[in-house]
Amino acid sequence: MSDTIELAAPGRPLGAYTRPKGGSGWRDWITTIDHKKIGILYGATAMFFFGVGGLEALLMRLQLATPDGTVLGADTYNRVFTMHGLTMVFMVIMPLAAAFANYLLPLQIGARDVAFPRLNALSYWVFLAGGLFLNMSWLLGDAPDGGWFAYAPNTGVIFSPGHGMDYYVLGLLIMGIASLISAMNLIVTVLNMRTPGMTLFKMPVMTWMILVVQFLLLFAVPVITVALFLLMFDRNFGANFFNPEMGADPLLWQHLFWIFGHPEVYILILPSFGIISEVIPTFSRKPLFGYPFMVFSGIAIGFMGWGVWAHHMFVSGIGPISVAAFSMSTMFIAVPTGVKILNWLATMWGGKIKFTVAMLFAFGVVSMFTIGGLSGVTHSVAPADTQQTDTYYIVAHFHYVIFGGSLLGIFAGFYFWWPKVFGHLLSEKLGKWNFWLMLIGFNMTFGPMHILGLQGMSRRIDSYSPGFGFEFWNMFASIGSFIIALGVLMFVINVITSARRARHEPPVGPDPWDARSLEWFTPNPTPVHNFDELIQVDSLDEFWHRKYAEDENGRVVRVATAEEVCQDGSATDVHLPSPSYWPFVLAAGFPFVGFGLIYTLWICIPGALLILMAIYGWIFEPTDDPDGPHGHHAEDSSDHDGAEAPSEVAGETAEEAPVG
Amino acid sequence: MADAAAVDHGHGTGTGLSNNKLLMWVFLGSECLLFGGLISTYLIYRSRYADGPAPGDIFDIPFTSVSSFVLLMSSLTMVLSLSALQRGDIRNNRVWLLATALLGSLFIGGQVYEFTTFLREGLGYTTSPFSSAFFTLTGFHGIHVSLGIVMLVSLLIASFRGTLTKERSETVEIVGLYWHFVDVVWIFIFTVIYLVPSPTS
Amino acid sequence: MNTTTQNVEAHEGGHDHPTDARYIRVAIVLGIVTALEVATYFVNIPGAILIPVLLGMMVFKFFYVAAWFMHLRFDSPMFTKFFVTGLVLATLVYGILLTVFEFWTKG
Repeated sequence: MSDTIELAAPGRPLGAYTRPKGGSGWRDWITTIDHKKIGILYGATAMFFFGVGGLEALLMRLQLATPDGTVLGADTYNRVFTMHGLTMVFMVIMPLAAAFANYLLPLQIGARDVAFPRLNALSYWVFLAGGLFLNMSWLLGDAPDGGWFAYAPNTGVIFSPGHGMDYYVLGLLIMGIASLISAMNLIVTVLNMRTPGMTLFKMPVMTWMILVVQFLLLFAVPVITVALFLLMFDRNFGANFFNPEMGADPLLWQHLFWIFGHPEVYILILPSFGIISEVIPTFSRKPLFGYPFMVFSGIAIGFMGWGVWAHHMFVSGIGPISVAAFSMSTMFIAVPTGVKILNWLATMWGGKIKFTVAMLFAFGVVSMFTIGGLSGVTHSVAPADTQQTDTYYIVAHFHYVIFGGSLLGIFAGFYFWWPKVFGHLLSEKLGKWNFWLMLIGFNMTFGPMHILGLQGMSRRIDSYSPGFGFEFWNMFASIGSFIIALGVLMFVINVITSARRARHEPPVGPDPWDARSLEWFTPNPTPVHNFDELIQVDSLDEFWHRKYAEDENGRVVRVATAEEVCQDGSATDVHLPSPSYWPFVLAAGFPFVGFGLIYTLWICIPGALLILMAIYGWIFEPTDDPDGPHGHHAEDSSDHDGAEAPSEVAGETAEEAPVG
Repeated sequence: MADAAAVDHGHGTGTGLSNNKLLMWVFLGSECLLFGGLISTYLIYRSRYADGPAPGDIFDIPFTSVSSFVLLMSSLTMVLSLSALQRGDIRNNRVWLLATALLGSLFIGGQVYEFTTFLREGLGYTTSPFSSAFFTLTGFHGIHVSLGIVMLVSLLIASFRGTLTKERSETVEIVGLYWHFVDVVWIFIFTVIYLVPSPTS
Repeated sequence: MNTTTQNVEAHEGGHDHPTDARYIRVAIVLGIVTALEVATYFVNIPGAILIPVLLGMMVFKFFYVAAWFMHLRFDSPMFTKFFVTGLVLATLVYGILLTVFEFWTKG
């Protein structure tokens, strides 16, 4: 990190406070504050955890393939299924959504970056710290075993005496900080950083869905934060929040958890809904049907999602009035989702469908989520749910909506935006293998679980006895899970071979899909500065309207090629925010604090010092004078130094004490 | 091309609102859910005092009234410090910042005194669900106040170093928003926890 | 303290920034309301009246601090929307929670 930056501003950077230069190699990735690199970091990390969570799933399915399985003991099984859930929810789906949000949202609103680039980097590094911290519990032999839902008092210190649940509490608290910071950042970004002419109702539906998700995170993360602190205080300081002997009510945990937990599931699904709202119109050659309905139904889902949480608690003893009320509210929430399904179908209807892999995955989402949504509607009928709850019927439901809905949507996004991020296409041929293996394996695994559940197979249990008739479908499901694994393997092979092939081929060129939204204005892969010039937006699907217009007969005709419309990425005079290593340093403090709280408070001290030092360093880090010299490495677009982002001045922390 | 730089640099934002100030308001919105959870937990547990003191037995309303008043007045000094800086009056900006920090510290001192008194009277952290909920809620609030005091002192230091100028008054405004929010939470706590009649044993 | 502020020239144009005198008046009102609140402790008032009165005074103080000290009445409505959204959501959600726990009836 050389300090050749020259500042026109008074004062000089001292040693550690010098901003690093952008460059290449691992230092570039550690210090990056570029939303695109951060998006890639989120995506790669999430896919690594996908492998971890997938392995956990395969172990479970091996254990359950036969009755009285002996692959995993009961204790180990509890840890595996707990970590599988935690990993998939918090370390796979959420960061994958963050990957897409980080990479694409600024582009879709025509901005050069998010409002607070260093905070953005901090979110990623804190997420990584939390995810690694939680998984360290495996290595230390004490992974949490209370389920991802961690019901008290089972997770209190009497019944969970090990450190597993402490890892749970601290890991989630750390990851919650990441989500909260990211939510605040993206909300300000959407409100304040839109390109000229882009009103809120000209934003793509994907941007809207991401925005709703950020609001859900903003308001839901504090609730689980409260729950986690209460559990931590019970476990570590003898508090009495969930101790029935002292008169406490363990149901309080369930309520607080699910007040977070239900908005959480909309946090999981809305990004995918956003993704396919871009994919489907592109490959139907038609605009999205009912844009205002798509936006408002997303907002409605976000709002109504706060009023349904106790449908997770129908048999917990909350009483018939509460059960009836939440049963009704749950039925209502099916409506806005149904609106979306109908709008996607109406988009496809009469369109010229192109069956690309991205489109196949989008079809997968619409169909699989419908199945999952329908089983959800059956849960909303409380008397029926009394039969279904705690059985594999529920497991079937949420895998249909999360895997069939969220994950397939994310894969649609991979295939669609891969050229934008990496400059080459993924193989469509391998992609079809990827899709069909995943789809078939998925339905083989989770379809039969509806039957198993209604036949009475309990969930959250390490084995089942022979003679109940569960054997056939469990074996079937376990085979299916390995087919899913094959499908995922196809994806990995696709990624690797497509990258290799791309080295010998010309770059993909602009707009390979003939798409609709602003991110496609830039060349592929996106240059570091995003847009050469900011785009003046006059309509929804602005990019499309630059390429197509209606002739005098009202027919849509092409008026410009992609090459004519797209920018060439050659701008050299663009200021970019400087990289920084303080987000990384700050995040590194958290695991120390976590270990200290678990093992011995002395370990907290280096952690606290790292965090304080990083905050201090962050505040005093120079932001370069806006009229100062621009980066003089005009040829190397990835090496802008001496840059300034207006939003970075005066600090992303409220107590900025700016250096002279 | 030059226009790109000009548009890029414009501190203009889509809504015309400052990024930093908007960020603080967004954050305060989320804090409502945090304190709401802690307050609800307290309300659910206030009647569950096991064998320990009940809230009605132990609260000292006159004492807490004084410390509530102190915190309320600190909001006044906070806004006066901002107003001074917006006028370019650096000296009074410092005076009122210091006053705010002192009043905040006095409030914390009052909290500490109150807690130690309760402890002596048999209300510990682990005594009952009521006690755990009470100390957790007021503890979280106290930590927020303390962090606010740290920010105020940081602002004072910046002021003495000459970097807290009239142009940077928004920084004081943003710290002020946080401070007022913490005060507003106490307005809520004081009424709902202390003044509204509590169970007695 | 008062003399210091009175010596300094009041900011022109109270349309955007209230004067210090205005802020002090707000603080006095807040102080009076607080005194009234505390006074209820010393007077025997039936709960059915007392609680709404206390809550009303609380809401008044809340609003007054937010509007004047936090400058919301002069600032963009966007800020108010964020704050109110958080407040309303918290009130609704936690209100439902308290209802499920029968707080209003059993306390």
